[in-house]
Amino acid sequence: MTTLQTTTSAPAGRIENPSLWSRLKFNRNFMAFWFMLPAGAFLILFLAYPLGLGVWMSFTDERIGRAGMFVGLENYEWLWDDAIFWLSVFNTILYTVVASTIKFAIGLYLALLLNRNMPFKALIRSIVLIPFIVPTVLSAIAFWWIYDSQFSIISWSLTKLGLISHNIDFLGDPNWARASVIFANIWRGVPFVAITLLAGLQTVSPSLYEAATLDGATNWQRFRYITYPLLTPIIAVVMTFSVLFTFTDFQLIWALTRGGPVNATHLMATLSYQRGILSGRLGEGAAISTAMIPFLVAAIGISWFGMQRRKWQQGSSND
Amino acid sequence: MTDSVLPTKGPAGGVTANAPVGVTDDNEGMSYLESLPRRVVTLYIPLGLILIVLLFPFYWMALTSIKPDEQLIDMNTYNPFWVIHPTLKHINKLLFETQYPRWLWNTMYVAVGATTLSIIASVLAAYAIVRLRFKGADTVGVLIFFAYLVPPSILFIPLASVIQAYGLFDSPLSLILVYPTLLIPFSTWLLMGYFKTIPFELEECALIDGASRWQILTRIVVPLAVPGLISSFIFSFTLCWNEFIYALTFLQSTPNKTVPVAIVNEFVDGDIYKWGSLMAGALVGSLPLVILYAFFVEHYVSAMTGAVKE
Repeated sequence: MTTLQTTTSAPAGRIENPSLWSRLKFNRNFMAFWFMLPAGAFLILFLAYPLGLGVWMSFTDERIGRAGMFVGLENYEWLWDDAIFWLSVFNTILYTVVASTIKFAIGLYLALLLNRNMPFKALIRSIVLIPFIVPTVLSAIAFWWIYDSQFSIISWSLTKLGLISHNIDFLGDPNWARASVIFANIWRGVPFVAITLLAGLQTVSPSLYEAATLDGATNWQRFRYITYPLLTPIIAVVMTFSVLFTFTDFQLIWALTRGGPVNATHLMATLSYQRGILSGRLGEGAAISTAMIPFLVAAIGISWFGMQRRKWQQGSSND
Repeated sequence: MTDSVLPTKGPAGGVTANAPVGVTDDNEGMSYLESLPRRVVTLYIPLGLILIVLLFPFYWMALTSIKPDEQLIDMNTYNPFWVIHPTLKHINKLLFETQYPRWLWNTMYVAVGATTLSIIASVLAAYAIVRLRFKGADTVGVLIFFAYLVPPSILFIPLASVIQAYGLFDSPLSLILVYPTLLIPFSTWLLMGYFKTIPFELEECALIDGASRWQILTRIVVPLAVPGLISSFIFSFTLCWNEFIYALTFLQSTPNKTVPVAIVNEFVDGDIYKWGSLMAGALVGSLPLVILYAFFVEHYVSAMTGAVKE
């Protein structure tokens, strides 16, 4: 807010030079500078600067409470030989690929269901989004209880149905733990994908489907040759965001497993928190975070340009 | 980017932008071609199953928070899917024996503070980018979009040392200053979409009548973009409430924590009877957002889809 006050109080200071001030007052670039200042200040101080600082810190041996010395690539050489780091890279990729694919499939299916005519449509659509509204950590806590090793409701139900003889240790066994966190991530991500794709579906004109039906197109043909091509631009954006959020996920893992059992669910983000903040080796933590950037750029590139190319093929403009 | 996909947005169609998603397409379409049994199998059963899975954790959360302890751990005598003699013990314990109200207040304070700051900064920035058309406005627009793609998980370590250097460690103020980096890119992008649809003529008239840019912004543009402001407020508020990694890193002492951080760190005491209060904590922490969402569903959805479509 202080910057706003400066803008309005500025004339008083410049009153002795009216020609310069009046020229400045109507100069777009000068005005725009003050308009951009608050947003710019936040983004530069707390986003651009830390981003650069993070890369710098990854080349130092900084620890909590001690300034770092430049050590070159030492942190990265250390990580290169670290099996746990590579495990976390594997976990992150597995988590992202599996969760994003299933989120997309179920999300698209749910969007198609919600796009059909039915009673209480608006109400059902609002209910669907609730998992996305509730803070991730709080729903993760509910999943923690659902996955409890002794009192899990899933184990109880399966036992009663006679499918298993003893409780599944959902968060104690490496592979079950991976499946469990992926399921919780899908559960939270599907509503987002479904509702945004639904918004895209609603822009598709019903007359296209009517024409296709008259020409004898089957359900699948209508989806494949009308819905899907018209939806690709939105799918590209939604999946880019979905991949981005899944890849950098932290809170779900931290609330459910904290990377355990035996590092089986450590993602790069949780590993960098554990090394950087909990163990205090800021330099090493920053190196893990920085190592996420190329993967992230690649993931965004694949989901963005992979989808955009299809858009060009249809001959629509590329803006 | 593509304005063509935003047919119902903006102040001219301000009401349409707020219209419930379902209002515009209430016609039966081709659904008369389907028989009822077919609809049940292809629509109602799958939809019902998905809804049950999506809502079950909340049912379980609510049920656990009112279940007496002995029913929680004895799943053979009592049917775990229901509760006999519900109790308010857990909620009572949560509200009066822990610092939960304090954490709730912290979360609210941080969310309102950060959201207000971000909206003010975003309105100014979006107006400058869309209407002042200064040199390099397009570049700044693209940079802001990229800022949206920078995730907190790669920033928290350097930010921790920045916060430490400014002497804001363990203070909710640090979150109020840091959260705008998550919110400004999103809100600016959303508001740019709204501002673009406000007719130039309105501003030209005002300029001829001698209004300054500041007056145009506060008297014409902002009142016309109120639906957009509400949308970005609701969405930003939810994001703040949900944020975890910065709060976990920056806040150390128990009374300063926000609800998500406190629930993960303060309740986990190895006590077998912790579940009741833990679930009550999760439930009470979610309710404000769900209630807010219930009142502003359309705004929330238009914020979410608007930001994605742009």
